[in-house]
Amino acid sequence: MIIAERKPLAEIIEMIQDCKKILVLACRGCVTVCSAGGEREAEILASLIRLGLKKAGKSAEVFDASLVRQCDKEYIDSIDQFKGQYDAIVSTACGVGVNFIANLRPEDNVFPALNTTFFGGSAEQGVWTEQCAGCGDCVLHLTGGLCPVARCAKNLMNGPCGGSVDGRCEIHSEVDCVWQNIYDRMGRLQRQEEMTVSAPIRDWSTAGHGGPRKQVREDLTV
Amino acid sequence: MSFIPDIRLFSCHYTSQQSCADEGRELNQLNFPENVKMTRVVCTGKLEEITLLKAFEDGADGVYVVGCPAEGCHNVRGSQRAAKRVEAVRSALSELGVEEERAKMFFLPRGLHPEFVDVAQEMNDQVTELGPSPF
Ligand code: SF4
Ligand code: SF4
Repeated sequence: MIIAERKPLAEIIEMIQDCKKILVLACRGCVTVCSAGGEREAEILASLIRLGLKKAGKSAEVFDASLVRQCDKEYIDSIDQFKGQYDAIVSTACGVGVNFIANLRPEDNVFPALNTTFFGGSAEQGVWTEQCAGCGDCVLHLTGGLCPVARCAKNLMNGPCGGSVDGRCEIHSEVDCVWQNIYDRMGRLQRQEEMTVSAPIRDWSTAGHGGPRKQVREDLTV
Repeated sequence: MSFIPDIRLFSCHYTSQQSCADEGRELNQLNFPENVKMTRVVCTGKLEEITLLKAFEDGADGVYVVGCPAEGCHNVRGSQRAAKRVEAVRSALSELGVEEERAKMFFLPRGLHPEFVDVAQEMNDQVTELGPSPF
């Protein structure tokens, strides 16, 4: 899922400092799971914005509400229920949600409450780790299921780089060298031979370097 | 004119179980500050961050939570959870440029012990010194 975390309060309050009626809009998707932008966090943020504005000597009405998902037309359409009522929407969704609102509402102010950080998973309660960078040309079949694009600091396709020490990456001593992991795992799977083949030069155009990506499933369109 | 802070205490049922004895008269006799308004909760682990923030929105100058000793909570980890939420409120206060001492967590044994009154006085003194909340 998409992992995100709340922006510093000062940054958020600065965005909406002159607004009089503010809606903090939660998303019940990924950001609820990573406890960054669900209903509970939106309620807390609304309260913190009220406190922050009050301290700054400003008055504004701050409300909170939520949508099932902000990255889905079917659900984002219901934002119409708030039409014309607020002079700012502070979205606690990931960046996709903020973009979707901006697409849909040419005249309205929408601001991000979160920093959208990565595609990851919950390793244990309260801990999330990056696993995939959405490069659009997955190589996991060649690497034993472990991603060198997202998890190697140098995005190497043929590793390790030579900087790892005791199986740890040179960027941080607590981070596994994913290439060491790939190497060990391929050995256990008796697929080490595959590692003697050099990975061909990658086409990075699918990784966002070719502009915004789009996917169409004709079988699903109506 | 001296400032009397509005202080809100959230305490678990167990830690504060004798505080209601004799309709609170016993607490009064022990000099429990009158300006500390107590809300009893089934377990401090049930307290939400928003409840503490709403107390500030509602005009509190200081908010504190009293729960079981961290390693001896009636509900095992309730007071440890509460401490994390208090910590979240403290860091939000400091992000807002407000003294984080206005929110505090205390771990106390169950029943009416002098410490229950002591921490109320400590909080009262601390917040009086800080002055009115900027909210
Ligand atoms: S290779 Fe690309 S698509 Fe596959 S896991 Fe890594 S970043 Fe994600
Ligand atoms: S030590 Fe391993 S994970 Fe770190 S940059 Fe080198 S190959 Fe990549």
